[in-house]
Amino acid sequence: MLEESLFRDERRERQISSNRLHLLLLLILVAMAGLALRYHYLQIEQFERFSTLSEDNRVHVRAVAPTRGLIFDRNGVVLAENQPSYSLTLVPEHVQDMQQTLQLIGDAIELSPADLERFENQLQAPRRPFEPVLLRSKLNEEEVARIAVQEFLLLGVDIKVDLIRHYPFDDYFSHVVGYVGRINDREQAQLDRELYAGTHVIGKTGIERNYQSDLLGSVGYEYVETDARGNVLRVLEREHPQPGENIWLNLDSRLQVAVQDALGDERGAVVALDVQTGDVLALVSNPGFDANLFVSGISTSDYNELLHNIDKPLFNRALQGQYPPGSTVKPLFGLIGLQEGAVTPSFSMHDPGIFYLEGQERPFRDWKPEGHGEVDMLVAIAASCDTYFYELGYRTGIDALSSYGYRFGLGHVTGIDLPGEEEGIMPSRIWKQGARSEPWYPGDTINASIGQGFMLATPLQLAQVAVTLARRGDVISPQVANRVGDNPVPMPVVDHIQANPENWDLVTEGMRLVMHGEHGTARATGNLANNYQMAGKSATAQVISVAQGVDYDDLELEKHLRDHALFIAFAPVDNPQIAVSVIVENAESGSSEAAPIAKLVFDSWFAHHPEALQQQTQVTHAP
Amino acid sequence: MPLDFVRKLPDGSVQQKAPELWNRIHIDPLLMLLVYATLAYGLSVLYSASDGQIGYVKRQLVYAGLGSVAMLVIAQIPLAFVQRWVWLMFLGGVGMLIGVMFFGTTVNGAKRWLDLGVIAFQPSEVIKLALPLTLAAYLGRRQLPPSLKHIFFSLIIVAIPAALIVVQPDLGTSLLVVCSGLVVLFVSGVKWRYWFGAGLLALGTAPLVWQFALHDYQRGRILTLFNPEADRLGSGWNIIQSMIAIGSGGMEGKGWLGGTQSQLDFLPESHTDFIIAVLAEEMGFRGVALLLVLYFCILARGLWISYQAKTPFSRLASAALVVTLFIYIFVNMAMVSGLLPVVGVPLPLVSYGGTSLLSLFMAFGILMAVATEEPRLNR
Repeated sequence: MLEESLFRDERRERQISSNRLHLLLLLILVAMAGLALRYHYLQIEQFERFSTLSEDNRVHVRAVAPTRGLIFDRNGVVLAENQPSYSLTLVPEHVQDMQQTLQLIGDAIELSPADLERFENQLQAPRRPFEPVLLRSKLNEEEVARIAVQEFLLLGVDIKVDLIRHYPFDDYFSHVVGYVGRINDREQAQLDRELYAGTHVIGKTGIERNYQSDLLGSVGYEYVETDARGNVLRVLEREHPQPGENIWLNLDSRLQVAVQDALGDERGAVVALDVQTGDVLALVSNPGFDANLFVSGISTSDYNELLHNIDKPLFNRALQGQYPPGSTVKPLFGLIGLQEGAVTPSFSMHDPGIFYLEGQERPFRDWKPEGHGEVDMLVAIAASCDTYFYELGYRTGIDALSSYGYRFGLGHVTGIDLPGEEEGIMPSRIWKQGARSEPWYPGDTINASIGQGFMLATPLQLAQVAVTLARRGDVISPQVANRVGDNPVPMPVVDHIQANPENWDLVTEGMRLVMHGEHGTARATGNLANNYQMAGKSATAQVISVAQGVDYDDLELEKHLRDHALFIAFAPVDNPQIAVSVIVENAESGSSEAAPIAKLVFDSWFAHHPEALQQQTQVTHAP
Repeated sequence: MPLDFVRKLPDGSVQQKAPELWNRIHIDPLLMLLVYATLAYGLSVLYSASDGQIGYVKRQLVYAGLGSVAMLVIAQIPLAFVQRWVWLMFLGGVGMLIGVMFFGTTVNGAKRWLDLGVIAFQPSEVIKLALPLTLAAYLGRRQLPPSLKHIFFSLIIVAIPAALIVVQPDLGTSLLVVCSGLVVLFVSGVKWRYWFGAGLLALGTAPLVWQFALHDYQRGRILTLFNPEADRLGSGWNIIQSMIAIGSGGMEGKGWLGGTQSQLDFLPESHTDFIIAVLAEEMGFRGVALLLVLYFCILARGLWISYQAKTPFSRLASAALVVTLFIYIFVNMAMVSGLLPVVGVPLPLVSYGGTSLLSLFMAFGILMAVATEEPRLNR
């Protein structure tokens, strides 16, 4: 080393190094100036922007969801309420050993594969650090306690309380009150984000959907200071939410329950309306389903079971079931025939059990092969004579039948305050040209005169027809809700059909004879009523024209091809209070299967409203 | 040489005696003043950054105390002795790096720590100090500027620890180690044409390195730099939050202990690598400027010491240490403000961390020794 250094030119070495050091000093100066510029840019030029971002970070506006309005029946019985529900959440950043934590939780409470799958998915999805992730919802008190004892082992595990919708009647009101469910993407895109901030559910069907905006309430806000973990440090400002409006329905839960129980295992629908007000007293579609299943997300297996059930429990037969109304239209068409002068009250004809259109060979048969003999309007309604109504329909013509029928509410929605109502079909020349691209044939009129052929009506429409008959021409749009908060829901009278009082009398008497006359098709039921009289009309509607050569091995399929039993009625005859329509699918006979349910509705109603019958005696004695 | 000149005066006055005292105890008072001023400034920021937990400040003070002792002790060691024996420290460091490969503790997927039972430390910290000194010792004995042969051997001395650190994996530290070695070569006067040649070679191989040598997370960090918004909650989160903290500080800052970004925990690693963001948020641009001025004074003083160094070894060693210090400062402040990818580099004298503070003080010890070195007589 020393030897080498002897030959070194230290001056030159020092000179080179010094130059390099000068360069380094310059480099450092420039770099530090660069840093100063960078911080100047961020802190001075971009100050506004970052200042805002920082404030956004710190202060969060947290939506406070309003409490959803409750739903009561007409007697104040709760049909939809809010119950506290416990859910278990994890903050993954606070969990030390995820596998072990899940194991511990799994030992304490039940975790379904679906819970775990959803949890894993949420973990993988982009999310803010320290945000809680839902593991299990709807913990019961015991499960909450079991988690609470292990709390010291379960770091990052938290139990949260929410209010969730609960339907105490399970499946009795599922088709009318409906249910709420999680807001889906499509709904999310349409609704006002501000209004729904903090709200996770929305009315999906029924009253819950129709009065969604009333039930919702208005959202409240909290301005909170949070840390990066989302922990709220303090509330800076608070604006309280306004709870949603409570809704009182016209429904009578006792009636609803009685009717659904009476239907038992039968598929069908019953609609009971208050004749005076158009109030919907009961609206049953059987089978129903447990509305509570939908509230916090129905499981796939539960949903598939409902969807593929042969009885179609999700299908609202009362509003959406479209059935051939059959003979239930006879009082209505009888009135039209009288009003149009096609028949007179004294007109009578001989029924041989078969009817031919002039110049045609195709026979139109009466349901009674041997015929009803000599028939006038009263007998025709009471005994449900088809031949008489073939003649009446032929004489009246489809144009009058269909325009009156339309005014009675057939072929268009009733305007009930429930979503998803079907229109049914009141066929006419124009309708057939449009729907089938065919002209109207005289035979079509004959089919329509007994409510078959193209004609379709919902149970709700038939109940509305019964009310219109009972009110002698007032068409009322039925209403389920009575009062939203303090605001009464008005009774809308849609139309009034003018007809001679004698004609109304005659038709009503015909319907009374159905129940109480010696030829009445439903006299077996009518005779059981001892303290009031009712007016009714039964029908047995053909489901399908049975094709030749079809093999019926499957008994269940065969049952589904049987005729539907229909019935409309109101009571008491002299001072109508309540009207009802009943459909029992594939029950063969309206008079024997559907009429008893109508009577059960009346009995049940009058048992709780004896004053309705007292008024009747007064009115009866008055004229 | 001014100091020599002073000593040659026939009678010493009071003014001339004072430097003599400092020289005898091997302390550069100006550098020491600057270092402790910066340290005190840093401690106040650390207190705020650690959520008012005095524990961090206390531990940092303990390390600063230990570091000061180490600095004073090292300053007393004759540089000739250091030049002769520093290779032992280097070999020890390399040995420990190899040890880490087999016995290292794995933290966050990287084997960086050696747990000796009593203390756990990162051997790469030893190398950070040992490598520039060893290289300076090696080149200091050669004729400068070094010949190609010596450059080649120098590069091997650099490459061995750098490779061992890369496989830990710790690309950031490895690059810093390489840089400290290159500074020695630069100050030793390696010809410009070699630098250009090396630069072109680096540019040419960069795509290959990107494709084959980098880990996914390393590529991610670099990509994050160009578009931090792309991954707001992942690796982009840190850089966005630190930029918000810095930018929202403005000129005046939000006041000591008043930074919402840091006090509300939006800022990650706020008391270690990202502490400059806390300073910037709470002290504002004025605070940042003050820190930059302090750093610049330290660096300038360091370069002055290097400039005045008596031997090639001391000149190279001190220059390398000063420039390494500068690289730390620059990389950290550039990274936190979003100019460079996120690499684990603490901010000297401010970030919390015992090992880095200790090695920093040891480096200052060497600088003090160089500043107060007796001229070696030419024989």
